Amino acid sequence: MTVRVQEAEFDVGAELARLTDGNKRIGGLAVFVGLVREMHVREGYHRDRVDALTLEHYPGMTETALQEIEAEANRRWPLEATLIVHRYGRMEPGERIVLVAVGSPHREAAFEACEFLVDWLKTKAPFWKLEDTPKGEQWVGAHQEDDAAAARWEKK
Amino acid sequence: MKIRYFAWMKRTVGVPEEEVTPPEGTETVGDLVAWLRSRSPGHAEALAEGAAFGAAVDQRTATFDVKLAGAREVAFFPPFTGG
Repeated sequence: MTVRVQEAEFDVGAELARLTDGNKRIGGLAVFVGLVREMHVREGYHRDRVDALTLEHYPGMTETALQEIEAEANRRWPLEATLIVHRYGRMEPGERIVLVAVGSPHREAAFEACEFLVDWLKTKAPFWKLEDTPKGEQWVGAHQEDDAAAARWEKK
Repeated sequence: MKIRYFAWMKRTVGVPEEEVTPPEGTETVGDLVAWLRSRSPGHAEALAEGAAFGAAVDQRTATFDVKLAGAREVAFFPPFTGG
C-alpha cells in the first residue's frame, strides 16, 4: 500500500514495475491515469479552453485521506498491491495528474477497486483545481456526477 | 487556534491562515463559523450561510456540530475537486 503526493511528474511504467516486482500472486493490474484536459465542459454545453491547471491541496490531511481510502479498498477487495500517486502544483494539458494502480490475483477485484479508489479520491481527498483560461483564472466546481459516482460505493 | 482557508476561500478572506482566540462559549465548528463571520466582510462572504464549503478539525473532515474541544487547527474549504 503506497500513497504519494508530489509536485514532480511520475513515470507510469516505472511505477507499475516497482509495484509488482517480486509479487507473483498478482494476476491482474488495473490502472487509471488522470490527465489535464485542454478544455472544460461547464453546465453540459459551454466549453472553455484550459491553458493550465493548478492543483492546491491540504498537506497532511491529503495523505491521511488517501491512506484511509486505500485502506478501505483493501478491506473490501482481496488486493495484493495498491498505489496512489497524486500531483499538485501547475500542470499543462496532456500532463498526468494522478495514477491509481491496483493489483489482485483476479481482474474483477482489480477493476472494481481501481474504480472505487478514483471515485472516492475525487470527493474525499482535499484537492482543488484552479484553471487558467483565456477569460482568467477559474476555480473548478464540484460535479454532481462525481458525488453520485462516489455515493454508489457507500455501504447501505 | 489556527484557522486555515483553501482555494477561493483563501482569496475571499484575504489570508491563507490566521491565529485566533474565539470567545468563550464557542463550542462547535458552527459556533466558530458564526464568530469568524464577524471578523471582516471577506470572512462574512467566504463563510456566508448557504455558501458551499466544508470544514476539518485537526485535519479530519468535520460537520458543523462537531465540538472544538482542544482543537489546534480548523480548516475551511470548498468541495474537493481532485482526481
